[in-house]
Parts: sequence; structure tokens; C-alpha cells
Amino acid sequence: MKALGFIAVLGTGLLLLAASRDFPNWGDPDSPASSYRLSRHFITETINETAVPNMVTAVLADYRGYDTLFEAVVIFTAGIAVIGILRRYGSRNSIPSARETPLTPKKPDLIVESTVRLLIPIIQIFALYVIAHGHHSPGGGFQGGVIFGASFILLALARDLKAAQNWVAEKRTLILACCGILIYAGIGVLCQFLGDNFLDYQILHRILPTDPVMARYHSILVVEIGVAFTVTAIMFSIYSNLSSNGKMKEGI
Amino acid sequence: MELLKAIVGGMNYWIFIILMMIGLYAMITKNNLVKKLIGMSIFQTSILLFFISLAVKEGATIPILHHDQAHAKQGDHGEGGKHSDPSHKGKEAASAIEEGKEKPSVSHAGSSKIDPDRFTNPLPHVLMLTAIVVGVSTLGVALSITQKLYTEFGTIEENEILDQLKSGDD
Repeated sequence: MKALGFIAVLGTGLLLLAASRDFPNWGDPDSPASSYRLSRHFITETINETAVPNMVTAVLADYRGYDTLFEAVVIFTAGIAVIGILRRYGSRNSIPSARETPLTPKKPDLIVESTVRLLIPIIQIFALYVIAHGHHSPGGGFQGGVIFGASFILLALARDLKAAQNWVAEKRTLILACCGILIYAGIGVLCQFLGDNFLDYQILHRILPTDPVMARYHSILVVEIGVAFTVTAIMFSIYSNLSSNGKMKEGI
Repeated sequence: MELLKAIVGGMNYWIFIILMMIGLYAMITKNNLVKKLIGMSIFQTSILLFFISLAVKEGATIPILHHDQAHAKQGDHGEGGKHSDPSHKGKEAASAIEEGKEKPSVSHAGSSKIDPDRFTNPLPHVLMLTAIVVGVSTLGVALSITQKLYTEFGTIEENEILDQLKSGDD
């Protein structure tokens, strides 16, 4: 088995290495990815069409908004799948001894407590900054959402899952995740109701007090907030299900 | 000399292929399901690096306009760009209307200013940005399935699970 696997991997690797000679050299300005007209359009026209200096954000939420919507749906589906696979309600299947005595009697550690107490607000403010400042610096809904979810995971790691559940209960997590998707898809449907294509934000200038370019600018922010909601909620939901084996009781 | 040039020019591809093969080897030969998932993650990482390295361009910087450039586009007729970043909620209405009127002239002046050779292609970055988060959530699903298997069978070794399934069949 091992030898067979090694031969297969070696063969694939050699084929790929042979094929890699057709790829452009490192940093070649004339490579197809860099010289294609789409790349040129994104670089020169993004600021005129959307007024967003960060092209990555503009391409993510505007030009490829449809793709990003369904990436968010994939994350949402993954979260639902984890709950469907692991979550156990009630105490039918649980081992009684594990429930009576938790693995480690929790005794709050002074250093860990104070560090976490100082760190979490800073992490959360930074996450909000990353979400809101995605137009002008590296950032956006996905990154900020992951950072925000990490702050809850840190709380659950440092104390226990109960402490984190006091902040974001399971029900609230799922509502947050659904809200994110609804915000994103709602913006798209709103564009349709106003008479343009799905997720074609510029038509929103009819209800926003701005011109079409700035309507795209602000819709990108709204969409990023929706993505951030979903990512935050699903990251924490996946962690809490995995760490507590679906019981949502004590966690690691 | 020719061979050396080919090797050095494509060095990044060598690294990705080696990483990818490490991941593939782990996925094929390892019995432990968690080790298989680690292999899958290594495989994913090599793909991410591959896409990002395709976006690298000699003499170019990250695809974010510098403040001066962004302001030159929006700000040469008032300060539309200036108060769009600290507080876009406030007086944006007035400035945006003003901005909308003069849009055509601005866009002509601007596209000559931004040199496409100075910025990398944003598209690979966008694709990988979403791929990272999607990769994490699919890894979460895979781990939860592994955890479920462990509670069912008491092991995460693939051959032991198969043995138990076979002995349960007859």
C-alpha cells in the first residue's frame, strides 16, 4: 500500500513538474494572469466604477458578488452540517459518568482570566476595524468575521464553553448566521425589485441619497457586514460543536 | 545553463508540487483519518500558494490604491475622497452629488494616472481569500464526521473501522 501510494505520488509529481515548465516565470509581468485585460480593467477602472481604493474588496463584493454570496452560503451550509452531524440534544446518548464529573474541575486561573479580559475587547475592536475599513486597507467581511469568531473561541478556551455561551448562545449564533446570509441576499433581491440585475448595486442610488458610484461603495460595506455575521457565527458554532462533542456542555 | 534557468525560474512551482505531493501521499497512505485531513490541509495550502504566486508581478505592489492616488481620483474637485474615509455617513450626500456631476471628466483624467503595471492582479487574491475560509469550514465538517466515527467505532484508524464493518456484516 505504501509503496503503491509512493509510486502514484511520484508519477503525479513528475508529470506536474514536467507541466510546470509551461507556466510563466516567477513575477513575469507578461504572464497571462497579469496581462489579461480583465486584470487591467480591475486595476484602472475599479476606483472610477466603485470608488473603492482596495481592489480586492471591490472585486470580492461587487464584480464577483454572486460568487461571494455562494461562498458565504457554503460556509453557512458547513456550519449547519456540523450541527446536523454532531449536535446531540437531551441526554439520551450521553455517558452518565462523564456528565457527573467533568474532566477537570474548573478553577479560574488569575493570569489567564486577566489576560483574556484585557485581550478580548481589543480583538473585537480590531475585528470591527478590519470589517469596516476593508475599503481602504486589507480587510473585509471574511477576515474580520474570523477575527471576531476567534475572540469567542479564545473566551471558550480560556474559561469554558458556558462562559462563551453566555455571550453568544447557540440560538443567537444561528440567528446571526441566518441574518448574514439574509442581508447579503436581501441586497441582491432589493436590486432586482428596483429593476436591475441581482446584486447590481448601482440601482440602489434610487433609495440611497447618493449617486450610482457611491451606492456601490456603500452596498459593498453592507454586504461585507453580512458576510462577517455569517463567518463569525459559523466559526464559533463549528468550534463549540467540535470541542464539546455536540453536547454544548463543557468543551475542552 | 538552460536547465538551471528552467529550474530557478520555476522554483515556486517545484515547491508547490512538492507540498502538494506530501499532502497527496498522506491522503493516500495514512490510515489515521486525522492524518488524512492534515494531508488535505497541506494540499489546500499548496493550491493557495500556487494561486498567489501566479499573481506576483515584478515591480508591482499590492492591489490597493495609495491614498494619494485614491484622492487624486476623487478629490481634485473638492474633498469627496477626503471625508469618505473617516466618516462616510455624514455629508456624503452633498459631496456625492457634486462628484456625480463631474464623473466623466474625472474618469478620463484618472485612468491615465493609474499604471496597471504597478499593481498586481487582484483576482487570485479574491479567489484565495474566500477559499481559505471555505477550507476552514469544510475542514470543520470533516473533523466532525471523524468525531462521529470515533464515537461510533472507538477508533479513527481506517482499517480498524473497515474490519468492524466487515465483521458486523456477516
